[in-house]
Amino acid sequence: MRKDLLLEWREKNALSAIVLYVLSTTFVIYQMFVTTEPEVWVALYWVITLFAALNAASRSFIHENSNLRFYYFQLVSPHAMILSKMLFNVVLLGILALLSTLIFGGLLGFPIKSVKIWLVISLVGATGFALALTMVSALASKARNSGMLMTILGLPIIIPQVLVLVDLSKKALMVLPFSVYGTRLLGLLSIDIIIVTVALVFFPFLWKD
Amino acid sequence: MPNFATPKTKALLKGIYWKIIPIAILLYVVYQGFLSDAPQLEILEETVRNLYFHVPMWFTMTALFVISLVFSLRYLRGQKRIDDLYAVEFANVGLLFGFLGLTTGMVWAQFTWGFFWTWDPKQNFSAITLLIYLVYMVFRNSITDEKVKARVSAVLNVFAFSAMVPLIFILPRMMESLHPGADGNPAFSGYDLDGTMRTIFYPAVIGWALLGVWLTTLRHRMRVIKDKLYEIHN
Repeated sequence: MRKDLLLEWREKNALSAIVLYVLSTTFVIYQMFVTTEPEVWVALYWVITLFAALNAASRSFIHENSNLRFYYFQLVSPHAMILSKMLFNVVLLGILALLSTLIFGGLLGFPIKSVKIWLVISLVGATGFALALTMVSALASKARNSGMLMTILGLPIIIPQVLVLVDLSKKALMVLPFSVYGTRLLGLLSIDIIIVTVALVFFPFLWKD
Repeated sequence: MPNFATPKTKALLKGIYWKIIPIAILLYVVYQGFLSDAPQLEILEETVRNLYFHVPMWFTMTALFVISLVFSLRYLRGQKRIDDLYAVEFANVGLLFGFLGLTTGMVWAQFTWGFFWTWDPKQNFSAITLLIYLVYMVFRNSITDEKVKARVSAVLNVFAFSAMVPLIFILPRMMESLHPGADGNPAFSGYDLDGTMRTIFYPAVIGWALLGVWLTTLRHRMRVIKDKLYEIHN
């Protein structure tokens, strides 16, 4: 686990790049809409978070050059590698989601009725994005044109999560008991578990360069 | 697990005898399907005949994707190129049947629900599954090194399959939907099918599935030949 934490201490500039991205896109949106209806707020939030997540996660595996990767290969087991990257991305995207919420709330108002529910939804969403995109980034790093490939390939994998999240968010616009969210949240979490399991079992095959 | 590349299995797969079965079955299904009586229900009326086409397409796609997964796993274990070629061809033909299933579904939706696309969860998620398998195809084409290509596509196949299972089988059942098999009910329970329809439906599933396997074996043989040609030339 210590190796995980060691490996996580990287790419601090990623955070600042993403903050800049979120700020600028939100500012553009702010200029375009004078008032936002709640549904539009939700849709915009998730679109921006989605693209920021794609930007963020694609930095996972693509920045490394082959020398560094060879060094890592000697040093740590593939399981530690993929887990640490996933953990890093989860934390990064969690921060991103919270930041987006703050910026959106600040500029465009906060139509969600319950902050607790929104925290749960946005963090589950961020986790789901992070896990899926880390895995896709690991796969895309093997191909030539990895930057664009990552985006193209990441999108279909992410879309089901986005659909469920938007559905949940729309429900969060009204005051509803928690049981309404239960099934879908459980669905999202089980998708996360599946992704992590598949990654743990199959990442070693990718790692043997 | 049996080795599929022995001369005996190859001869078996090439033989004409088992291919007569899907031809016969599908001719029977098409003839009977359109000429026999279909139970008349409100809204569905005659379009229930689409059941002989739409549902077997998806069953076939699922079966082909499962077999593709099996071959991908075999490749990861044994690193034999032929397993990789089988995997990709099963996925290819599975994708074809998936698109056919989606199209038949859309035509059916136009008649019964009024629109080709209704943003229904099952429709959405099955389209997304096909997108994910298309991603698999694009991925394969974007990697040039053969060994890396085979390994990465094997892992991606597992990933795509593990995405398909919740998307098509689990999530739509939990969500509200127009498509049969939602809100917790299974799509096909025992008393759902009329007797006459059953006699046509079950052979239809077998017929379409065998047709899918036949297409795959043809494509696979083409691929093996192309592969050998490249080897000879390079």
